This record gives sequence, structure tokens and C-alpha cells, in this order.
Amino acid sequence: MTHELWILAIACLMGTCCALVGALMVLRQMAMIGDALSHTVLLGLVVAFMVTGSRSITVMFIGAILVGLMTVFFTDLLNRMGKLQKDASIGIIFTFMFAVAVILISVYTGEIDIDQDHLLYGEIAFAPIDTLEWNGSEVGPRAFWTLLLVAIANLLFIILGYRQLQAVAFNASLAAALGMTINLIHYALMTMVSLTTVASFEAVGAILVVAMLVIPANTAYLISKSMHSMLVWSVFFAIVASISGYYLAVWADASISAAIAMMAGFIFLVVLLLFNPNDIVLRYLRRCRVIGSHH
Amino acid sequence: MLELFIEFWRLTDPNVVWVLSGAILLGSSTGVLGSFLFFRKRSLIGDALAHAALPGVMSAFILFQTRDPLVILSGAIISCFIGFFFIDYMVKHTKIKEDSALAIVLSLFFAIGIFELTYIQKLEVASKSGLDKILFGQAAALVQADVIILGIAALLSLAIVALFYDKLRLITLDRQFAQSLGMNVAFYELLLTFSIVLSVVIGLQIFGVVLMAAALLFPVAAGRYWSDSLPCILLLCAIFGALSGAASANISYLAPQMPTGPWMVVMSSIIFFISMCFAPNRGALMRYIRITNQANRSNDENLLRTFYVIGERGNSFTQLLAPEQVLSVRNMGVKVLRQSINRMLKKHMIERENMCYRLTDKGLNEAKKITRYHRLWELYLTQRANISPNLVHESAEDVEHMLTPELERRISEELGYPEQDPHGQIIPKNDQLSGGNAL
Repeated sequence: MTHELWILAIACLMGTCCALVGALMVLRQMAMIGDALSHTVLLGLVVAFMVTGSRSITVMFIGAILVGLMTVFFTDLLNRMGKLQKDASIGIIFTFMFAVAVILISVYTGEIDIDQDHLLYGEIAFAPIDTLEWNGSEVGPRAFWTLLLVAIANLLFIILGYRQLQAVAFNASLAAALGMTINLIHYALMTMVSLTTVASFEAVGAILVVAMLVIPANTAYLISKSMHSMLVWSVFFAIVASISGYYLAVWADASISAAIAMMAGFIFLVVLLLFNPNDIVLRYLRRCRVIGSHH
Repeated sequence: MLELFIEFWRLTDPNVVWVLSGAILLGSSTGVLGSFLFFRKRSLIGDALAHAALPGVMSAFILFQTRDPLVILSGAIISCFIGFFFIDYMVKHTKIKEDSALAIVLSLFFAIGIFELTYIQKLEVASKSGLDKILFGQAAALVQADVIILGIAALLSLAIVALFYDKLRLITLDRQFAQSLGMNVAFYELLLTFSIVLSVVIGLQIFGVVLMAAALLFPVAAGRYWSDSLPCILLLCAIFGALSGAASANISYLAPQMPTGPWMVVMSSIIFFISMCFAPNRGALMRYIRITNQANRSNDENLLRTFYVIGERGNSFTQLLAPEQVLSVRNMGVKVLRQSINRMLKKHMIERENMCYRLTDKGLNEAKKITRYHRLWELYLTQRANISPNLVHESAEDVEHMLTPELERRISEELGYPEQDPHGQIIPKNDQLSGGNAL
């Protein structure tokens, strides 16, 4: 496969992974926790790398999962023991963990091969060069296989836990009454978000992961009436954004990941204007038409 | 390193003075304004607003190709406001929830900013270098001209808070009440938003886009542990903000290649951690001590009352009791009982003889007091709250530890100095208590 196709494949896979878990998070009103997790997994990556000196997928995933669960746990702890508002607890924990990660990166610049730019907007353009070897032969970019693995895991997670996820998303107290362990589902979802974030991290950087988690899912949220259709639509929007964003970036000679996020935002705005029944723009247009027909 | 540190604090370098005063001013203004977000339970909007400023900074640079602080500042303020109104619009007019609206604006605006930044980096413009420092902040890069403009803006945002303090406090703490007073809530909210945006935008140079949320949040989160009054908290916010600003300016001077924002977060989290643990009243440690003391006192009082109740049945309040006898009447853990007995021995409330214990005179007085509280409250509940005598014991178990002599006197007066509780047991007399000491 050519360089360009690999980039497109990686971008689409990243979009799919993020859109799937993003839809679940948006339904549970945890978008800002997604934001927090996408920052804190950086600490997991850095510490895992410093401890083991390896960048293998397993080490990365273990670091990300541990830090992801730590984030959720400490946020909860600060909320209950520290008597602090929920969103303030999130803000404190994630900024602290992210700051520590950035300091570690800037202190050990030579030893960690993540730099400040990389962690913000990724290096999807170079992702195809970083290939994985299997039995002595090259089998394609590392990022591709990592993301494929996570995409399959996400799909399995959603298919196997569909009923539980649905119940928890729409009516947590009903789910609890039906005997589902909400905490287990919550932590499982957080684990999937951490995995997705860390896998997407190399492609799009820590912060633009948030865009892919939240924007396609919310676009889908505007037009769908069931969880099923929301999942399908958000994957669709993510893929459209990935492909169009890539060509936008090539055209403007700018960051690919930022362009993908911008396209996701653009699609969101279009859908918002076309399909939002309360929309002031639509109402305004309609009024113009009514006034026009009177004359 | 140490020499540089000393040189910094000697303030002989005029540049250091500018950077330091700038950092202190900006730190205190973000600290103070951030507290208003905190008390409106919208802490994370600061994060969204900071990210929303990025495309404004970049667009201003692309349009005017200058790093003039006024131009950059105006661009940032405009895009911050666009972000703010976009969030507001989504929450009010679409089915999108607030947390999603924040995350959308945050990530979308940031993406646009990064897109522009990567575009600028490929342009042939001389002044472009260092523009990316705004992401993580760089205090050392502040020059006199920046500090003057940013300082004026910081003072402006603080002045707005000082001038409209009463109004802003009201809409922050009780918006509906402010509305019912006929206040122009929309105007003051806009004013507050303006000063918040102002303090966010000017803080970017030092603290950076990515970690700006922390500069807004940490001071108030720490200050909240120390006080319950808003003026006091605001003052603390200003101090904590100034402290972390000064500390991060210092670090930026010592290690110019380091981004300032992350160090600011680490500094403020030290302040936060100390406050959370050790602040009197609301700090976790003091709260833990208070709760433990309260629990111990309840256990001690329960122990004394159990001695009294057993003594009452055997018509001898000073008979010797084995710990097993206490346990057979009162359900408490063996370890709790042992600790309680030790404390009471130390206070000479009980005395030991052959592995058994009995009340001293002092202990008897105290036990009578607790029993009196318990039975008075049971009677009060049955007579004044019409609760069945079967149900009042549980409540009395709690209230007996909280009643004061003053309350006891008033309840007793209200009930006409009763002699028996609803279960027909005798309420110990008050006059016997006069000599007793409080525990």
C-alpha cells in the first residue's frame, strides 16, 4: 500500500475507534471525562516508557489502562474525601497528571521520543514509516495494527455489552434495579476510552483525540433516535471527517490531525444547522420566506 | 542553579522585575476570576475558554503579521467570546448537553488554532518564532511592553470585580434571587464573562492554553478549604495565584527551555494538597480528627450509660462489672470497648478491681447526665412529636451526645420537670449533676 493510503486507513480507523466509545460517553454525559482521560494517558505512556524502556503495544496499553483507572479513581476520591465539586475534581486531577507528564517529557527530552508538538497534534504523516515487524517481514505501520486491535476490542465490547450499555446510558437507576453492576460497566467503559486514546495518541496527539471522541458522536446525537443508529452515524461522520480532513491538510499544507478535527467540526455545524428543529437560523429563513410570500 | 535563584530574587535584573510583577498580577487575576467559575459550578468552562482563545491569537497573527500584544489580545478575546456564545447557544437551543458543548468548543477551536499554527510555521514571516510558546506558556518571554498591557488588563478585570462585587457575588451564589430582585442579571453576567475572558486571555502568555484551566481552578479549590466567606476566599485566591505565578516565573528564569504552565500546575497543586490536608475546619486531616474524637466521645458516653443502666437494675450504681456484662447489655465491638475503658480509666470515670470495673463518683455523675439527656429526649419526642415510645430510642441514642445543659434545661422546663421517661424509667435528677464535670 502507498504512503497516502496508509495514512487514510490509520485516520479512518482512529475515527472509528473514537466514534464508537465517544458515542457511549456522550450518552452518559461524560464528554469532559473523555477530555480528562485523553490528557492523563500521556502520563501513563511516559511513565511506562521510562520504567520499561520499551514502546511495545502491551506496555503502552498497560500504562494507559492503569493511568485511566487512576484518573477515574482519584477524581472520585477528591470528590468524596476532599468534598470538592465533581467537575473541579476532574479539572484538578487531569491538569496535574498532564503537567507532570509534560515536565517529564521536557526534562528527559533526549530519552523519550515524544516531544511537545507530537503530544499535542501527533504525527500521522510519519505514522506509515514506523512499521511493525512480524517474523522478519514488515507488515505495515504500527499505528495501523494498534488501532485495528482497539477497533475490534471496541466493537466486541459494544456487541457483548450492548444491553447493559444501553440501559446504563439511558436510565442508570433502572439498570441498577435490574441488577447490573453500574460501577463495573463504568470502569469498563473508562478502560476502553483509555485504550482508544492511547492508540489514537500517536496518530492525532493527546488533545485532538477529544475532538474525535466528542464531535462525530454529538453530530450523530443530533439526528439519531436510538443508540444503534447513533453508533452507526458517528462512525460514518468520523470516517467522512478523516478522509476529507486529510485532503484539506494536503491542500493547505498544515497539520493533518487538526484538519480532520476541523472537518468533524464543519460536519457538525452543517448538521446542526440543517437538522436542529429549534434552530434560530432555520426559523429566520422560514420567517424570511413567509414575509416574502406575503409581498 | 542556586546562584541563579539568588540572582532572581535579588531583583537586580530589571527584566526579572517585569516578569515577576507580570506573573504576580496575572496569577492573582486568574485566581480571583476563576473562583467565580468555581462557585457557579462551571469550573471546566475555563478550560474550554482557554482553548477557544487559540484560533483568535493565530488568526490575528495571520491577518496582521505582528506580535503586538494589543492585536493578539483582541483576537484572543474575540474568539473566546465566540466560543463562549457557541457553548451557550448549544446548551440553550439544541439537545446537546453542557459537557458535550464544552468538549466540542474546546477541541474544535483548538484544532482550528493548531491548523493555523502549522500553517504559519510554513510561512516566511520573521516574527513567527515563539508563537507556539502560547501552548504551554513561557513567562521568561515576557517583555516590558507585554507586561504593561497585560498588567493593565489584569488590573481592569480585578477592578471590575471590586467595583461590582455585590452584584457579581449575588448572581454567582444565588442567580434566581438576583433575578427576583429585578437585577439586570444578563448585563452582570456579561460583565463577569468579559472579565473572566480577559483574565484567561492575559494568562495564556504565562500559563499556556493547555493548562490554563488549572490557573483558574487550583487557587479557589485550595482557598475553599480555609474559609467560608467569599471575600476571604477571593483574597486567598489572589495570594495563591500570585504565589504560583511568582514561582513559575522563577522556574522559567532558571530553565528558560522549560514550559512554564506545567510548573505552575505543580506549584499550585502543592498549595492545594497542603490546603486539602491541613486546613483547619475543612481540611481532610482535621476533619478526620474531629470525626474520630466525636466517635470516641459517643463510645465513652455509651459505656458510662451502660454502667448506669446495669447499676439501676441491680440497685447499686457502683457495683463491679466485667467487660462481658457490659457487652451483654450493649452491642459494641470488643476493641472499641477496650479502648473506651482505657480512656475512661485515664479520666478517672471508672476504676479497676480484679479485671472488673466500677463507676467512680465523677463517672456516676457523668453517666447520670447522659442518661438524663437520653430519657428526656425520648419523652420529648413522644410528647411533642407524637412518636410512639417504641421508636424514640434510636433518635435518643444520637441526640444524647449532642444535647447541651442549656437545651436540657429548656426541654425539662417545657415538659414540666418530668420524673419518668416514656418507658416508665426514672429520669435522673438535675441537682445531682451540678457537681459533675463535662467529659
